[in-house]
Parts: sequence; structure tokens; C-alpha cells
Amino acid sequence: MLDALTLATGVAALLLAAWCGWAAHRDQPTKDWHFIGMAVVTLLAVIQLIVGIVQLARGEKPEQGTTIFVAYLLGAFACIPAAGFMSLTERSRWGSVTVAAGGVVLAVLEVRLYDIWGG
Amino acid sequence: MAATQEKPAKTRLIAGPGMLLVWLYGVMVVGAVSRSVVQISTQFDQAPLAYSLSAVAGVVYGFITYSLVRGGETARRAAFVCCAAELVGVLTVGTWTLVDPSAFPDATVWSDYGMGYIFIPVLLPLSAMYWLRKARAEQAPAAARG
Repeated sequence: MLDALTLATGVAALLLAAWCGWAAHRDQPTKDWHFIGMAVVTLLAVIQLIVGIVQLARGEKPEQGTTIFVAYLLGAFACIPAAGFMSLTERSRWGSVTVAAGGVVLAVLEVRLYDIWGG
Repeated sequence: MAATQEKPAKTRLIAGPGMLLVWLYGVMVVGAVSRSVVQISTQFDQAPLAYSLSAVAGVVYGFITYSLVRGGETARRAAFVCCAAELVGVLTVGTWTLVDPSAFPDATVWSDYGMGYIFIPVLLPLSAMYWLRKARAEQAPAAARG
């Protein structure tokens, strides 16, 4: 369950990165549709956070430690919203680049989460 | 910090590409600080040098992020100096980890020139210094830049 979610979130993050990268390439700021995309990716991260906590509550142990696992879950959850707010204040192509970078960062976090959980 | 309209309008350092820099530095702050907090509090004896260096890196990143957000000439200069120090740190520690790996039983943020962080630690100060220089160049002719 968690592994599938990790994969889905990572892929969604990369798609978001590509999409916003394309907007930046065309010299456009992030638009409503991009924010809907960010909301979808954030929703995945929220579900992942909840599922992760439930798994911990059930007594399952991440391979590399609970603290690190929770820290990465929280980081993954906060990543896209933070980038999204920054792109709201920067209404230029650089706002789009920031969200694209946020997507890449989230994808990296997902890879790390997979390792930490012990996939 | 009051947004005073002084004669030379405060250089906004987070306009345009600066926003991307703040984002990446913010990520590095969270990464380096949380990493060193966990490692220092749970396993400091394993690699004291490596974990202390991660903590120092986190503090430097924090200061640069703050300076970028704050804006203005003093902050710009301070951020520039810190970026230079950061670059020196990355290069020194990066070389050190390659030459004498035994000093580092565990990785730091700056190990192998920041390879574990897709080389962001070495690329970031370079782009930041370029951006900060440009910010000064643009401040002189056009005081108020959108």
C-alpha cells in the first residue's frame, strides 16, 4: 500500500515538475490549472502521510528509524504547498520554475522514503 | 522590519530567479538542519566531525535564506560573503572526504561535493553569487525594479 502510494506520488510529482517546467519554458506564470495539479499531488502526499502514520500505529517499523521516516513524510507533505505559495508571490516564469523544482525535490523525497521504509 | 521608502529602494533579492534560490536554500536548510539534529541527538559519537559540519552547513544556509528574504544592500553583501564561505566549505569538505574518507565514517551534507544532494550544495552558491552580483549591477542604474 505504502510502496504503491510512494510510487504514485513520485510519478505525479515528476509530471507536475514537467508541466510547470513547460510553463516556465513558455515564459508563463503558474495558472489555476497548475494549482489544481499541485492540489492533486499534495492530496497524494496527505494520503501518504496518513497511511504512513497508520502503519506506524499498527506497530510496523521503518527500516531506517521512525523519526527519520516521519520527518520525511512531513517534508513530502509540506514540499508542494510551500513551492505553490512562493509561486503565488512570484507571478513570472520563475514562479513556475520554483514549483518545477519543488516537484523534483518531492520526487527525491519519495525515493528516500522508499529506502527508509525498506522497500 | 518596516517597509520604509528610503531613497535607494531596498533591493528586492527574491524577485525573479531569486525566488528559486530562496526555495532551494529553504530546502537545504530543512535538509541540513533536520539531518544534523537527528544525527547529533541519536548517534553523535559515531561521526562527530561529520554531524557538526552538517549543523554548521544548516546554519549557513539558514542565514543566507534569511538575508535573501530580507533584501537590501547589507543583506545582499552578507549573503554574498556567506555564499563564498559556503562554496569554500563545500570544496574543502568535498576534497577532504575524498582524500581522507576515514575522518568521515558517515556522510555530511557536503560530502563528495554534495553528490547525495544532486550536487545542489556546490551549484547553489555559484548561481546565488551570480544572482547577487547581478542584483547589485541592476540596482545602480534602475533603482526601482519591478
